[in-house]
Amino acid sequence: MIAVLDYGIGNLASAVKAFVHLGADARLVTDPEEAASADAVVLPGVGAFGPCVRALRRSGLDRAALDAAAGGVPFLGICVGFQMLFAGSEEEPGEAGLGLLEGTVRRLPAGTKLPQMQWNRLETVVPGTAMVAGLPARPWMYFVHSYAPERTADTVATCEYGGTVVAAAARGTLWGTQFHPEKSGASGLALLANFAASAQGTGASGGSAPAAHGLAGEP
Amino acid sequence: MHTVRVIPCLDVDGGRVVKGVRFVDLVDAGDPVELAARYDAEGADEVVFLDITASSDRRATMVEVVERTAAEVFIPLTVGGGVRTVEDARRLLRAGADKVGVNTAAVERPALVAELAAEFGAQCVVVAVDARAQPGRPGSWGVVTHGGRTPTGLDAVAWAARCAEMGAGEVLLTSMDRDGTRDGFDLALTRAVVDRCPVPVIASGGVGTLDHLVAGAVEGHADAVLAASIFHLREHTIAEAKAHLAAAGVAVRPFEPSR
Repeated sequence: MIAVLDYGIGNLASAVKAFVHLGADARLVTDPEEAASADAVVLPGVGAFGPCVRALRRSGLDRAALDAAAGGVPFLGICVGFQMLFAGSEEEPGEAGLGLLEGTVRRLPAGTKLPQMQWNRLETVVPGTAMVAGLPARPWMYFVHSYAPERTADTVATCEYGGTVVAAAARGTLWGTQFHPEKSGASGLALLANFAASAQGTGASGGSAPAAHGLAGEP
Repeated sequence: MHTVRVIPCLDVDGGRVVKGVRFVDLVDAGDPVELAARYDAEGADEVVFLDITASSDRRATMVEVVERTAAEVFIPLTVGGGVRTVEDARRLLRAGADKVGVNTAAVERPALVAELAAEFGAQCVVVAVDARAQPGRPGSWGVVTHGGRTPTGLDAVAWAARCAEMGAGEVLLTSMDRDGTRDGFDLALTRAVVDRCPVPVIASGGVGTLDHLVAGAVEGHADAVLAASIFHLREHTIAEAKAHLAAAGVAVRPFEPSR
């Protein structure tokens, strides 16, 4: 079962609908214990960084997210859900993220229209990335955001928007996308199918655990 | 890279897609879910549903249409029409809408825009601005509401900019003078609003040819171009529109046939 963490923000149902369309057993989960038993975890997010982080903590699902990531359970953060994997964000400097990935989320380059609300091409910077296996070269994905994580060793894809913008990162079984694969047509569905397949391949107990680090983001 | 989005608009009345001229004289144009799926397959960047149902008891039909569409169509879906409260918006978002459009209710109570942005994020909030040229005042457009019947006294350019300040993530700008006429966008209006608005602006109203789409992007400076009849009546596919824009030098996401 793929648990899509439902911490009460915005439209979180889109990811579930996309996985169900692909034939996967996905559902919105509000109970941390149910999330703990999932084969894979998806952390969506829309809106602003601070309110999302606070809502996630209030729901108690932040612990489930941290445990899943530490336990090597396939994990996918989407948009603000991706940004929350990092230590913090310029959008609300006083609020810490989950700190599962190193780095900070920064405002998009000046001189561009914000938010970036459009389709854009991915430049895959790490050949052979499992996330984009089988997708067209330089696939188009749908973005809506004004902030993005800074580039680190975990960055696997970027796009161009007033400069190079981080579009996706991966560290072991922990994946994140700044774009919305659930709203990116056939290419987005193919990425989600790759994620669902990785969940089936490893199960909750298999797979290699990503190194637990980045505790700088802990309060 | 900044790409211009091509957005088919589906006016939905009682569960069917309809098309009118200057917001009246409606004719049936098909099933909304079927049309949305076809446009997705043809390369549409987003789909906009406008619920033009007059009576509130039929609004449940719209929620059901959104639910069915969202289960099959995996591109962004904006739904507007009759949204007056945060709860109205929540119902549509729960059904599968990605963005919610507000129009009349925002004019009557501008705080609604900020409330929606605070609750769901600015990226979720599209303010629809219906504009009409002010007689005898070139370069000036007024905001009209209630499907174009009611003048509000608001200046369209200033209102659109204010909506962006209040938290709208996008403006859907419709020229009431051009809607359904096939005479092309009101380019002066579009340019005036785009150049004042810090957020993306969708140009709407009047598209009759593919050149009109190009003009909206190039001369109107629009971030996205919206059309209805040319697509509903199968005069052009979305893929043809994309190819035409690209040939004119406008950056778009090209149509890529499903593998």
